[in-house]
Amino acid sequence: MQFMLLFSRQGKLRLQKWYVSLSDREKKKITREIVQTILARKPKMCSFLEWRDLKIVYKRYASLYFCCAIEDQENELITLEIIHRYVELLDKYFGSVCELDIIFNFEKAYFILDEFLLGGEVQETSKKNVLKAIEQADLLQEEAETPRSVLEEIGLT
Amino acid sequence: GPEGPNLIEEIRGAKTQAQEREVIQKECAHIRASFRDGDPLHRHRQLAKLLYVHMLGYPAHFGQMECLKLIASPRFTDKRVGYLGAMLLLDERQDAHLLITNSIKNDLSQGIQAVQGLALCTLSTVGSAEMCWDLATEVEKLLLQPGSYVRKKAVLTAVHMIRKVPELSNIFLPPCAQLLHERHHGILLGTITLITELCERSPAALKHFRKVVPQLVQILRTLVMTGYSTEHSISGVSDPFLQVQILRLLRILGRNHEESSETMNDLLAQVATNTDTSRNAGNAVLFETVLTIMDTRSAAGLRVLAVNILGRFLLNNDKNIRYVALTSLLRMVQSDHSAVQRHRPTVVECLREPDASLSRRALELSLALVNSSNVRAMTQELQSFLESCPPDLRADCASGILLAAERFAPTKRWHIDTILRVLTTAGTHVRDDAVANLTQLIGGAQELHAYSVRRLYSALAEDISQQPLVQVAAWCIGEYGDLLLEGSCEETEPLQVKEEEVLALLEKVLQSHMSLPATRGYALTALMKLSTRLRGDNKLLMKSPGSTQRDTPIFHLLRAAILEKMPLVERGGTQDEEAKESKEAQLSEAALVSTEPPVRRPEAPRGRGLGRASTPSPAPSALSPSCFSLHTPASVPNLRVFEREGLQLNLSFVRPPETPALLLITVTAVNTSGADVTHFVCQAAVPKSCQLQLQAPSGDTVPAQGGLPVTQLLRIFNPNKAPLRLKLRLTYHHLGQSVQEIFEVNNLPAETWQ
Repeated sequence: MQFMLLFSRQGKLRLQKWYVSLSDREKKKITREIVQTILARKPKMCSFLEWRDLKIVYKRYASLYFCCAIEDQENELITLEIIHRYVELLDKYFGSVCELDIIFNFEKAYFILDEFLLGGEVQETSKKNVLKAIEQADLLQEEAETPRSVLEEIGLT
Repeated sequence: GPEGPNLIEEIRGAKTQAQEREVIQKECAHIRASFRDGDPLHRHRQLAKLLYVHMLGYPAHFGQMECLKLIASPRFTDKRVGYLGAMLLLDERQDAHLLITNSIKNDLSQGIQAVQGLALCTLSTVGSAEMCWDLATEVEKLLLQPGSYVRKKAVLTAVHMIRKVPELSNIFLPPCAQLLHERHHGILLGTITLITELCERSPAALKHFRKVVPQLVQILRTLVMTGYSTEHSISGVSDPFLQVQILRLLRILGRNHEESSETMNDLLAQVATNTDTSRNAGNAVLFETVLTIMDTRSAAGLRVLAVNILGRFLLNNDKNIRYVALTSLLRMVQSDHSAVQRHRPTVVECLREPDASLSRRALELSLALVNSSNVRAMTQELQSFLESCPPDLRADCASGILLAAERFAPTKRWHIDTILRVLTTAGTHVRDDAVANLTQLIGGAQELHAYSVRRLYSALAEDISQQPLVQVAAWCIGEYGDLLLEGSCEETEPLQVKEEEVLALLEKVLQSHMSLPATRGYALTALMKLSTRLRGDNKLLMKSPGSTQRDTPIFHLLRAAILEKMPLVERGGTQDEEAKESKEAQLSEAALVSTEPPVRRPEAPRGRGLGRASTPSPAPSALSPSCFSLHTPASVPNLRVFEREGLQLNLSFVRPPETPALLLITVTAVNTSGADVTHFVCQAAVPKSCQLQLQAPSGDTVPAQGGLPVTQLLRIFNPNKAPLRLKLRLTYHHLGQSVQEIFEVNNLPAETWQ
């Protein structure tokens, strides 16, 4: 996978994960083009389209578009499953996720994605394991924010 | 924290873009300040805010150093946000990214898994080639340590490193053998991905990993047979992500390799037959299986099975499934043509898809499936499609039909009919050479001249808007108008056409605002030819008006054509290009100009394929724009300027009184000998002070025994009333010889220029 974009029906970007190296300007240009192209599609159209030398796989969940760019040899149908799995993870984590959750907790959306995909590839196929990892990280974070432990004080976290 | 949501709320509360910018500017100033002298404990919150602002599209480079500081902090919260910031704000192009290498190195080697995970994640997302070089051995170490959480991430980080630095394959190839014994799905999946990457980059690695084909087959078999495992299944399919990845690797290993292909044969058949197809997850696996079967040396029966699966996909309610089926079938239509042919009816059904991306695929596939036995039926389907298809597919559909017709036309008449129908339905979308091709086709089919001219006349009578159709019809009427008027044709309905009707129709074309200049040219040429054929005499322009009923319409029509201003054609323009192409003999002051004859010789080679270049359309330009009076045309005597072995060249002149600067010369070539004159080309030159335009001649064959002459119109614009000189160059074949004659017309009457 080369990149994943989440955006609203008004074209506002909610998450952007780039797995290829591009300048900020290029990323903005690509994002604009793709958002425009997808928003112009009619609701009954299929989830795949060809864009430059890539394949775009997208699906709308409520008010959010989830969009992935994959290479020619990658499987479109399994990419749909990747998108769906990510939505399920978000849903489990936030409890009936909606766009607002992702807006106000965008870092969490990234953290969850980073436990599911790595370098553009699937790293964990067990929903349970992904959610467990996030839970543990959240716990670690909480501990860090509570009054400093002795270890922290002497610089040995 | 209290500050974070407030910022987002505030931004969302902004009513206008300007307001939003204001809020953000204010906030960024605050963030900057807090980076400088704020509490380091809250730094991560400030960076988080900045990241939100960045996502909205605002600049955030001043946060880069903060990322570094946060990453270097011992606190987990700091690292978490810091690394996220690094992934969003840093990329290879900035030097700053190298500065995190050390932090990453430290974090990789310390003991907290979550921290190692952050470091690996960042490395695999924004790690540059240099960073990969620096940290490869650290990652290699992590591949072999016990914890599965870190190990699965290390494997995929290795994948990224190889993509950045292929030489690192040397480090990451050896551990694969052991990793392949993993039970943990995540590690196994990562390992398969890693092996895939290695094989794609190196033929040596590919060869090396062929020996694991049996092991891969076993892993997949176990996966498929184990049945339902809640943790990894989707809709009853065991870990489809892992299945797909294994199948993909098998494809790479089995490609062009008999032995490997054989080893996986049974398993592929098993997966192909047993995978649940009720949901997308199963179909995703099935799809990958089909791709692997088709791309390896599979047994014939297995290949047929695969194509049939795609055939079933075409009938699936889910349009995504139909889409991948169409794209896959298109890829294999050459290699497995007869298997794909079996699904032709279903493919043709897909033409009716409302989704244009599907109907486009269906069109491509349909065109690829046309052959000599199904061409009639398929053309029928494609013609129906052409009538209602989305506009961006029309050109491709039209040219596809024309190409298929050319390759597989069962009869010439069917071919003509087909082209005619395409021109009628989608005339504006056909390529330039369609006109030339059709005229050539008709020209070469003598037995169909009567039929063609009748069909074209009827089509033209109904609709004069489709330019290519009008052009061909006009040409045809000009060539075979006599067949239109006399006799009957059994193949069409009885059609009584009178001369006046034909002329009226051509007039309509001339006067229509829809007619392009080229179209008007065709119509005019047709009129010229008709005038000679209908009345057997070539002095059309000399007849005084009102002398017979028949003159007036022609004059009217010529006048009608002369509506626009004459484009002042410089010695440049299209005729110059043609002059470059033709042999240039230096003739006194002027460059030679000529035009190509409109009817192409049958043996002229033409390109094949949809992408063929368009041949230059013979585009006779419209007649001079100045009107000439109907009452007193200038009367200049005719001139015979050339005679050789029965071939005679005559010139007739007209000086329209309203435009004294204009001289119209009709060149007429007549052949009284016993053998045809062929390849006849006449070129002309005039003094620099004059401008010359040649119309396309009526033909390039001057038939023997005084048959139908070849006529050509020259238009000379001589505003300074300079003494006129005219040089002619003739080239032709006659009596077994190639002839070239160059001469000056000596006795041009003074009335032609004074």
